[in-house]
Amino acid sequence: MGNKQTIFTAQQLDSYQDCTYFTRKEILRLFDRYRDLAPQLVPLDYTCQPDVKLPYELIGSMPELKDNPFRQRIAEVFSDDGEGNMTLDDFLDMFSVMSEMAPRDLKAYYAFKIYDFNNDDFLCKSDLEKTLNKLTRNELTEDEVRMVCEKVIDESDLDNDGRLSLEDFQTMIVRAPDFLSTFHIRI
Amino acid sequence: MAMLIATWKHCVYVFSTGLEDEVDTFQEEHERERHRGKRRDGERAKKKKRGNGEGRKRASRAGREEEKLQARREKKGRRKKSSSDQEAEGREGDEADQPTTKSSKAAKTRKNVKNEKTRKVEKEEKEDEADDEERNRKRKKKHGSNKKEENVEDGNTVKEKAGEVKKKKHKKVVETSSEKETSEEEDNEEEDSEEKEVRPETLTPEELEMLKEAVDERKKLIQGLRGKPWAMKKKLVTLRESQEFVDKYEGALGKGKGRKLYAYKVMMTKKWMKFKRDFENFKTACIPWEMKIKEIESHFGSSVASYFIFLRWMYGINMILFCLTFGLVMVPEALMGRPYGTIPRKTVPRAEAPSAMDFAVLWDFGGYAQYSVLFYGYYNNQRAIGWLKFRMPLSYFLVGVGTVAYSYMVVIRTMARNANESGVGDDNSFNFSWKMFTSWDYLIGNPETADNKFASITTIFKEAILEEQESRKDDNIHLTRFLRVLANFLVLCCLAGSGYLIYFVVRRSQKFALDGLENHTWWERNEVNMVMSLLGMFCPMLFDVISALENYHPRVALQWQLGRIFALFLGNLYTFIIALMDEINLKREEENIVKFNITTWEASHYNISASENSTSPPVTIQPADVPRGPCWETMVGQEFVRLIISDTMTTYITLLIGDFLRAVLVRFLNYCWCWDLEAGFPSYSEFDVSGNVLGLIFNQGMIWMGAFYAPCLPALNLLRLHVSMYLQCWAVMCCNVPQERVFKASGSNNFYMAMLLVILFLSTLPAIYTIVTIPPSFDCGPFSGKKRMFDVIQETLESDFPAWFSKVFSSASNPGLVLPFILLMVLAIYYLQSTSKSYKEANVDLKKKLQTQNEENKKKNKLAALKAQMDLEEARKAASPSAEHQKNNNASPDQEADEEEDRGRSQRMYHSKNGRSPPPHRHYGQLPATRAPVPRNYPHGNQGSAGYLPSFPRENEARMHRVPSLQRH
Repeated sequence: MGNKQTIFTAQQLDSYQDCTYFTRKEILRLFDRYRDLAPQLVPLDYTCQPDVKLPYELIGSMPELKDNPFRQRIAEVFSDDGEGNMTLDDFLDMFSVMSEMAPRDLKAYYAFKIYDFNNDDFLCKSDLEKTLNKLTRNELTEDEVRMVCEKVIDESDLDNDGRLSLEDFQTMIVRAPDFLSTFHIRI
Repeated sequence: MAMLIATWKHCVYVFSTGLEDEVDTFQEEHERERHRGKRRDGERAKKKKRGNGEGRKRASRAGREEEKLQARREKKGRRKKSSSDQEAEGREGDEADQPTTKSSKAAKTRKNVKNEKTRKVEKEEKEDEADDEERNRKRKKKHGSNKKEENVEDGNTVKEKAGEVKKKKHKKVVETSSEKETSEEEDNEEEDSEEKEVRPETLTPEELEMLKEAVDERKKLIQGLRGKPWAMKKKLVTLRESQEFVDKYEGALGKGKGRKLYAYKVMMTKKWMKFKRDFENFKTACIPWEMKIKEIESHFGSSVASYFIFLRWMYGINMILFCLTFGLVMVPEALMGRPYGTIPRKTVPRAEAPSAMDFAVLWDFGGYAQYSVLFYGYYNNQRAIGWLKFRMPLSYFLVGVGTVAYSYMVVIRTMARNANESGVGDDNSFNFSWKMFTSWDYLIGNPETADNKFASITTIFKEAILEEQESRKDDNIHLTRFLRVLANFLVLCCLAGSGYLIYFVVRRSQKFALDGLENHTWWERNEVNMVMSLLGMFCPMLFDVISALENYHPRVALQWQLGRIFALFLGNLYTFIIALMDEINLKREEENIVKFNITTWEASHYNISASENSTSPPVTIQPADVPRGPCWETMVGQEFVRLIISDTMTTYITLLIGDFLRAVLVRFLNYCWCWDLEAGFPSYSEFDVSGNVLGLIFNQGMIWMGAFYAPCLPALNLLRLHVSMYLQCWAVMCCNVPQERVFKASGSNNFYMAMLLVILFLSTLPAIYTIVTIPPSFDCGPFSGKKRMFDVIQETLESDFPAWFSKVFSSASNPGLVLPFILLMVLAIYYLQSTSKSYKEANVDLKKKLQTQNEENKKKNKLAALKAQMDLEEARKAASPSAEHQKNNNASPDQEADEEEDRGRSQRMYHSKNGRSPPPHRHYGQLPATRAPVPRNYPHGNQGSAGYLPSFPRENEARMHRVPSLQRH
């Protein structure tokens, strides 16, 4: 225990606990996970807040993410630079949001960002098509994809601007029965 | 005004959380115009602000304190900002004039109160908040316009955005550093400088209160920080700031006791939260077979897993039933009751003794098994047993009632919860959206599972699409109807046929039983069981074939199929019960004869003993030698136990042969076979969810039915469920393939539950009937010697409770009271029923309203879009002759006729029409591609802009609309 504490100062740990849904132990475990991805890059001393970023290739190869069709988007959304390269802060942030403890609203917000492929704050048709193709591995025909996307917009687009805003998305997602149980990464 | 307040509230929130985009924009704006400040303008607007703020002060008091304090700290910088902001606002200049009178009045009042010092402080704060509010509002507006500009100025956007990002990072610094900008202070703000350095000690109690609230607010912010959708850096900075604030001002708050209490409370809440979380973790860790089920889920999808979850749920119920019967009936009797062999009912009769230990007999639950705690007959009618004075007969009765009551409660509660869940998410409104956004399970971390998931999602979508198309297409309804009626007729025939067959076989078997079983063949002896299992095997297949006629949607078809199998099983079960009833009657006749014989036997016995030697103690008669009645209760219990055993065996054997052996054969014979066995005919078996669930339900029904007469049944069932959990898990994983059609299990959950409820009702019916109407056997069981089994309650009331209690009870149970009570209950049920119905109707109504409103909105939006479109077309048309002409045409009184304004106009129209925020202009280019009315307008656009053929494909529209505007540049 005494050893581990040299990674962070007590204050750092407290702040991390305040900023995430993790306990101290979990934070240290996550740090270990983070460090295991690239032991040569990540120092064992975070007290002076080194500026270390792990590239997306490493993040995306985690077993928790590597089968996820949206792994790139997840990494992009949570990374500071928007390209999937993550600092420890981003890393903690990501798993905090994806943890069981995170509330529905927070999850919905990030889910929206994840599905918003072109970062325009709206889910437009191209976003939906991309989502669908990722979900089905391009197994659906173009007609089917188009029809599903139209149906989705038709169902959820409350202000009728032909795309889904965050509010549209939230009203839709908060009523989904299994959003909370599926939008969740166990680590 | 309302809108202003709303905006203001939002701003307060925005500000109290510290960091928002508006701030950034504002900063930018502020810096840009810092050196161009027009003070007079600013002052005027400020006065107006004050007026506004004062008017609004009472309306929204809560939650301001924090801001006040913050405002005080950063007063200088902000003042300046706001005043410089006014200039920009004045440029727009449409609403600034209107509130001047109000603001002058406000200024006057301000002057009046200026002398009173304590009041003044408050006043200043008010002003500050008014300032903030106004500033925020403006900031917002500014932000909006900025955004517009950004959207238009293509070249500048990137730059500006970059700037914004940069600012975001340094924003905190800027905000805190604004305090240092005192040198740039304006002359009209001297009065503020006095209050600037407020020390906690000098604060009035009122302010202390505010401060405390502010601190609390900060603390709340710290607590809620993890729920904020910000980047970690932002969170950390905010956290640090808030903590600093709290640390700084907390000292002023509590001296001594209050503070300690406060700290204690905070600590305790933290501890409590931690404990709760740990407990939750512990609870989830305690769920049995979670990993097994998860594994199956990841391979076979939720429907197969739902069977195992159901199995687990059933296991839980049976665990409770087992605990009840085991702890309150079997164990007390075994420990404290008279030991085996002391009385006739606890002894194997002499005639059966030689074979009582044979395996064949034990397997049939005869011999020693029959005369043990496992069955009803073993229990003594002694009122209280052991040193605990345990009321055995009462306990037996109450446990019997309790198991049934508990089962009802659990099933109904689960049903209600399921109904609730399905009621919350109205199934159809977001069908596709949910499928798209929630179908991927982020938990999946295994490539095979991921493959399965991809496949199943694809099927789900295909199915949904199919369904969608299905709902549209119009079939020959008469033909379908006819076919459905025909199918139902055929099924009814099947059911009636099987019922008759069972009846016939049972009657025949009774005849055989009268003749004596020994002189019949194996088939004749086991005819009933065999016929029942054969029917159970082949009728479902027949139903399956018949249901092909009906052309239902697969899910509906599945439910029909389940319903029919359910009816078949039920018929079988009830035939069995009727046969049992016949047997009970036979046994009771036999009992009467035995009763008569016993009296003569006893009389003769006593005569002998009396005549032999009247002084010596009577010869002890071995309990095994005492003649006894047939004890129909034990017989019923035995029948049920046998049924359960044979059922379990059948299940396991079918599993081993039908699944495992088949899988092995297919796997290994495939190497030397002429066709592909795996893909071809036999292939691997699928896991039949519905059949298994039905089997489980019927099994449970038998348990409920027989548990009263054989207390060992829950224990047996527990064993069975435990074994089948492992066996079936193994079988599924090793020899089944995932179903081709994957249904979502959650939808049918309540269907299964409803079946369970029906079964529960139907199985308690015969049990209750026998308990209430048939007198218990005279020489076995806890109720022997009583007229009816439930007399035990009466007896307990009379002898164990004080006299007044039984009096109260008997008076309460007389019909005069019971009937009104029942009536009342019926009325209550009726009332609740009708209210729930009306709620449901209201719900449906509201939903409908919502839908129509949505439709209307959509229509309106469409119209607005159309209009805007037309305007643009006109503009473009006008543009083609000459740019000058177009400008005049387009110019509205309050707007310049440049291209941005044109866009802004259309957006404003949008805004006014639907009352929502105007979509950014990007939408403009996109709209035509998705909306119907556009193609009509579209040719106009073509004519207007040269270079595009009228027959140009529709996809290019977005570009087309953009092109003219570029040209105009």
